[in-house]
Amino acid sequence: MAPVKVFGSAVFANAARVMACLEEVGVEYEVVEVDYMAKEHKGLKHLARNPFGQIPTFQDGDIMLFESRAIAKYVLRKYAKSAQDDLLREGNPEEAAMVDVWTEVEAHQYLPAMAPIFYECVVYPARLGTTPNKKVVDESLEKLKKVLDVYEAHLSSTKSKYLAGDFFSFADLNHFPFTFHIMTTTHASLFGSYPHVKAWWERVMARPSLKKISAHMEIKA
Amino acid sequence: MAPMKVYGWVVSPWMARVLVCLEEAGAEYEVVPMSKSGGDHRRPEHLARNPFGEIPVLEDGDLTLYQSRAIARYILRKYKPELLGEGCLKESATVDVWVEVESHQLEPVLRTIVMHCIIHPHIGCDRDQAAVDESLEKLRTLLPVYEARLSVCKHLAGDDITAADLCHFGFMRYFMATEYAGIVDAYPHVKAWWDALLTRPSVQKVIAGMPADFGFGSGKRP
Repeated sequence: MAPVKVFGSAVFANAARVMACLEEVGVEYEVVEVDYMAKEHKGLKHLARNPFGQIPTFQDGDIMLFESRAIAKYVLRKYAKSAQDDLLREGNPEEAAMVDVWTEVEAHQYLPAMAPIFYECVVYPARLGTTPNKKVVDESLEKLKKVLDVYEAHLSSTKSKYLAGDFFSFADLNHFPFTFHIMTTTHASLFGSYPHVKAWWERVMARPSLKKISAHMEIKA
Repeated sequence: MAPMKVYGWVVSPWMARVLVCLEEAGAEYEVVPMSKSGGDHRRPEHLARNPFGEIPVLEDGDLTLYQSRAIARYILRKYKPELLGEGCLKESATVDVWVEVESHQLEPVLRTIVMHCIIHPHIGCDRDQAAVDESLEKLRTLLPVYEARLSVCKHLAGDDITAADLCHFGFMRYFMATEYAGIVDAYPHVKAWWDALLTRPSVQKVIAGMPADFGFGSGKRP
């Protein structure tokens, strides 16, 4: 059985999302580099895999997928072998619903607040040699604080170890790639004001799968 | 079994996403209308349901859910899992792909156009034509991909309707009421797909609560 392929290295946060899932379910995979700076993702070969010309794409036999969260769910559904690996909880409607809620919250509340900080403080300095735009970063920090207020209240009121309940799930995993990058900046200290969020993050990063992937995520010039 | 409750204003495209799924699923539900201009979504009783202060919110017994796509998945999983492609890895993945495409590629673009072209004039905000133009340019790169996809199958994830198509309904409804709707005419399969969606009883029922001007013109601002 040929290993599955991920097109785009872990340097791309959305590719790291997919690889984290592959590691969680213990599936062998091959990483195929896509040369972003050379615009390889807009070339015909890549467009045949993802007509929107984005990274990552994914191949498993004759199945070709794009959109990292869709790929991730496919991997988790197909390869989860035990209750330990069941990060989607689709057999339990209430649990699956909470996984979906916090997955959507990451995409539509958390990430939009965090993304400008990610670009200004991590990507642009590494790729373009720029210094962060203070106004953009400060505006995002204010938004992120409001979001973290909600996370802190949620984790402290439910007393749950993870976002969807006492089980590690796809919802927690989805927070990994971009939060990891923010934690490499001076803004990591923001999380110190949110003790339950900080404890949750430390729990999440203790996972061997995420430690392994994070070693390959540094964005360089 | 008490019917599910959906909190929000029915003109909202996010609310529409949930309502059209409820209708397709044939689920029993009741809308609890809220007032946006009255700030109902910021009141403590709503923040207790959704700490992000947004709509729609679904209540099903003890379960309270927010984020329209999470709600949609819960409803369809419970009442019509085939609309999620459940049970088939390839189908469910394809549904997920096109739900994500709408979420991350199309919706941001349609939302900007609808905000500036329909809503801003009613709330005394200027229309930022540069923002609209940027969104239109992006839209013109997305529509060919949709056209290619819908040339191969009748709906986004296959020949039958799925959550992927339903998730597109709300924002498409309002985009197609703007002066830019004609852009879609150059993409016959996209047009046919949209026209077919409009004939569905579920869509007709939900669209009845969604006047093209969000209700501002008739004085029924949300």
